[in-house]
Amino acid sequence: MDLSMSWLKDYVDVDTDIKDFVEDITLSGSKVENWSEIGSEITNVVTGKVMEIIKHPNADRLVICKVDIGKDMPLTIVTHAPNVVEGAYVCVALDGATLPGGITIHDTDFRGVMSYGMMCSVEEMGFDRHDFPEAPEEGIYLFPEPVELGVDVVDAMDIRDKVVEFEITSNRPDCFSTVGLAREVAATYKKKFKYPEITVKEEADGDINDMIEVEIKNPELCPRYIARVVKNVKIEPSPRWMRKRLRSNGVRPINNIVDITNYVMLELGQPMHAFTIGNIDGKKIIVRNAEEGEKITTLDGNERQLDPSMLVISDVNKAVAVAGVMGGENSKVNGSSDTILFESANFNGPNIRITAKKLGLRTDASAKYEKGLDPNLALDAVNRAVQLVEMLGCGEVVKGMVDCYPNKREPWTLEYSPEKINKLLGTDVSEDEMIEIFKRIELVPDKATKTVVIPTFRPDLESMADLAEEVARFYGYSKIVPTLAAGTPTVGKRTYAQNITAMIKNSLISNGLCEAMTYSFESPKVFDKLRIPEGDKLRDTVTISNPLGEDYSIMRTTTLNSMLTSLSTNYNRRNETAGLFEIAKVYIPKAVPVTELPDEPVKITIGMYGNTDFYGIKGIVEHTLDTLGITTAEFEPLTTLPWMHPGRTAQIDVDGKAVGYVGELHPTVAKNYGIGARAYIAVLDEAELIHAAKLVSTYKALPKFPAMIRDISMLVKDHVYVRDIEKVIAANGGDILENIELFDVYKGGQIADGYKSVSFSITFRADDRTLVDDEVNAVMADILKALEEKLGAVLRDK
Amino acid sequence: MKEQLNAIREKAMENIKNAEQIKDVDGLKVKFLGKKGELTAILKGMGKLSPEERPVIGELANKIRSEIEQKIDSAKKELEAKELEHRLEAEAIDVTMPGKKCECGHKHPMNIVIDEISDIFIGMGYEIVEGPEVELDYYNFKALNIPENHPAKDEQDTFYVNGDILLRTQTSPVQVRTMERGTLPIRAVCPGTVYRADEVDATHSPVFHQCEGLVVDKGITMGDLKGALEVFAKELFGKDIKVRFRPHHFPFTEPSAEMDVTCFACGGKGCRVCKGEGYIELLGCGMVHPKVLKMSGIDPEVYSGFAFGMGLERVAMQRYGITDMRLLFENDVKFLKQF
Repeated sequence: MDLSMSWLKDYVDVDTDIKDFVEDITLSGSKVENWSEIGSEITNVVTGKVMEIIKHPNADRLVICKVDIGKDMPLTIVTHAPNVVEGAYVCVALDGATLPGGITIHDTDFRGVMSYGMMCSVEEMGFDRHDFPEAPEEGIYLFPEPVELGVDVVDAMDIRDKVVEFEITSNRPDCFSTVGLAREVAATYKKKFKYPEITVKEEADGDINDMIEVEIKNPELCPRYIARVVKNVKIEPSPRWMRKRLRSNGVRPINNIVDITNYVMLELGQPMHAFTIGNIDGKKIIVRNAEEGEKITTLDGNERQLDPSMLVISDVNKAVAVAGVMGGENSKVNGSSDTILFESANFNGPNIRITAKKLGLRTDASAKYEKGLDPNLALDAVNRAVQLVEMLGCGEVVKGMVDCYPNKREPWTLEYSPEKINKLLGTDVSEDEMIEIFKRIELVPDKATKTVVIPTFRPDLESMADLAEEVARFYGYSKIVPTLAAGTPTVGKRTYAQNITAMIKNSLISNGLCEAMTYSFESPKVFDKLRIPEGDKLRDTVTISNPLGEDYSIMRTTTLNSMLTSLSTNYNRRNETAGLFEIAKVYIPKAVPVTELPDEPVKITIGMYGNTDFYGIKGIVEHTLDTLGITTAEFEPLTTLPWMHPGRTAQIDVDGKAVGYVGELHPTVAKNYGIGARAYIAVLDEAELIHAAKLVSTYKALPKFPAMIRDISMLVKDHVYVRDIEKVIAANGGDILENIELFDVYKGGQIADGYKSVSFSITFRADDRTLVDDEVNAVMADILKALEEKLGAVLRDK
Repeated sequence: MKEQLNAIREKAMENIKNAEQIKDVDGLKVKFLGKKGELTAILKGMGKLSPEERPVIGELANKIRSEIEQKIDSAKKELEAKELEHRLEAEAIDVTMPGKKCECGHKHPMNIVIDEISDIFIGMGYEIVEGPEVELDYYNFKALNIPENHPAKDEQDTFYVNGDILLRTQTSPVQVRTMERGTLPIRAVCPGTVYRADEVDATHSPVFHQCEGLVVDKGITMGDLKGALEVFAKELFGKDIKVRFRPHHFPFTEPSAEMDVTCFACGGKGCRVCKGEGYIELLGCGMVHPKVLKMSGIDPEVYSGFAFGMGLERVAMQRYGITDMRLLFENDVKFLKQF
């Protein structure tokens, strides 16, 4: 919403410096986005009078003018303007003058004649013939009346204004108007607010009821419709002061009638529309829902397809306007309009918003209506419009009006309690001060009953909390003293689960991984890229009904695509190695199509390529499990994940429960993502890790007796898993077995094909004595025997 | 015999003096002082001496023995010192070569900010709460006093799954869920992912992050709101930062405010970044609307509270000078390793 500072002065006497004004009004609740000064780009351009015109000796199309600018000597100015005449009053840009668009004027030689300045057209000064209808189509601007010479044209042409742009919140439709903002300004500065005086002479003869009838078919979508009629209309440009105010608000002047409707909308916030009454068939306005398949050509010349959710203004035969959005071409006001009808109506805000959105046609009118306007405003607006018609002398107003207003909106009463308001704000504002504030914004307080009557233009005031805000706004938010909440003390902390997540994250970071962040929606095409078969559960997704595009249309059920896309980005940018992790949600619907909220389990996803291998990523997983005190994890070969390498993937089980998997990415999937290196992936379920974590442990006495260590190397067949050898050793080590550590796996050389040599270092220790050789030898014999029997292991001689 | 002893002494001294290695010195000890050594051999002939000569020669022999011993010891120490010196010299390495380090990992800049904000509020007695991202329309709008057809629903351009289920457009629904738990008082913050239908560009992303805060207790005032957020802003941006609160409108708070902080670029003087205002908008806040309290089962006559919410991308981008939001979601390690 733009506010013209010169217009504002009609309603409130404010002369604060613009910079202070902007801050003051922002702090009282009307947020200023920006402000600008109209005319500030025009400098050093003054009024002048053309005294003499002579032909240019060297150019047919140029003339040399002597221009008086109120100084001792007239200036010599060369021009090719066809309309320059002796005695004309003109705008003269002097040497060094600036014009809009960053243009600077300098003294210039025109074919041997020096020109000391330039005479300007309105276009060169950033305007057009809508602003200055008296300007010629081609040529320089000539003042229609004599003007004082040497005066800044910004003043002489009445261009100067300051315009402040406000961000108005949706609860304050009343502030989408000059008057509404003026009311706020007056309250901010404790100044008197002067509402425009609206009086109509009604000099035309005739009875309006013979001229027009109004019927509202849908009072829910149209609570009020007022029509007034103006006869003997003379369509002309509106006066300069009106054109200036429209332009300051970014509205292009058109003609007096259209300008009046726009002027009233800007002044009071009530959109208006004018119809040529001769085009209203049957002399009847019907406000009704559009019919299925109905069409209308709007004022902008476009044909619009309507539907029954939309409200139209129609006559007995046809729609003449899309209610609250735009008028129809078929009834518009033009030069031949003799009698016109002013519409000032109230429409349901949300309905207008939806209609405007459906039509892709958001107009100034619809933008105002959609906030929800006060139906009582319609009356002032229509009277203001016809008052302006009389003031401009562009028509005669017919007595009376047709006002359809089935359910009148009445002011309402709210209770206030100074104690409660102070308690909510943490202030000590006196009741008298509160009452004074209420009065400033036109609420009507009654101290005896502790109530205020709320005017109908403030529908946002519905409870005492709303009144508290009004008090706070004008008392000053800045005067509320900051305090630290007393009340019941609370302990600030992260939950157990949040702490585990932090530990996991720290472990992954300490292993050199970088944390990634990705979008949680993706394309349904990723399932093919990941080799996830048709019918797989993962393909049941939470699907967005209005996505930005197919690529963002489903909520991910797996984090793989996000991770692989990130790895791919790194690979394509020639990063030699990348190690990433992300702790993020997947979205698993309980049923498809979705009828209730999905599960949102958190997955810990690790992705790496370059400078690592399976055991590298597995080591990171083990480190993380160790961090969480999870000592019972087992890694089982896993061959069934379609996106993973079947021979290089392990499922991770803790106490018999799968918590995730780790392995090498399937080469086909790597190719699908354009990753030209072996990539490694681990995915862990956060909830399972939180469940399995064992953070509390009990101190165990340090060993008092020495350990005895035995190293053994054995030959086993290739397919025998180290994990199985360890299990046999553990099962046969008795209670003196302390630790088993793999230190070598070797193939080739003297080792026969299909076999491998595996070496362990086994530590024995007793809590209560120093072990002797015989005892350990006996256990070792048991272990070796069992290894041979169960796994066919053959001890290699030392 | 005396001459013999003196001769041994001379010889020993000469040999020790010429010894170049520790093992030579050790050999001399055996040679002169060992069981089969030269001095020992001479002393073995002491029996043949007269009783008068014996003590004299004995004394001399002992004196020479200890003299040789001392000499050998000091020579050995000297050689050891020299040897150590040589070793240290030989062992010198290029200390300017890089160390063997474990590659450092990095937290995502967004999460650095989230953790920092969380820690500030934990220090003030807040807990960290979480909520679903795929959310019911009820929690995202209705329970926050945003009615059907309210312009706010339009402004936010919501992603819908169906009529009732959507991707949350704000972290505020977690407020409602926290209040519905019924445990009072509440001091909670909720950082999280939110969604709005914005096309991707340098300053927009359909997926972004917010942090919501909520305090509900008896006697909570707007002064408490200002106090908590002022402490927060000074912790996050430094104690020189100034804040200002200005009236605003949110359906779920009343009174409502926006908190501005002095511009990071100009420190409050006014510049292009802050459009000359000197302030930059940081967050929205207000006293929890009585209707919202009531809908969540809390009696607004007994309890009051404040709530606030802020976008986090802007905080992170401002802090690290990141000018393109897309960098946050690309996960290029060259980017991530900078934090």
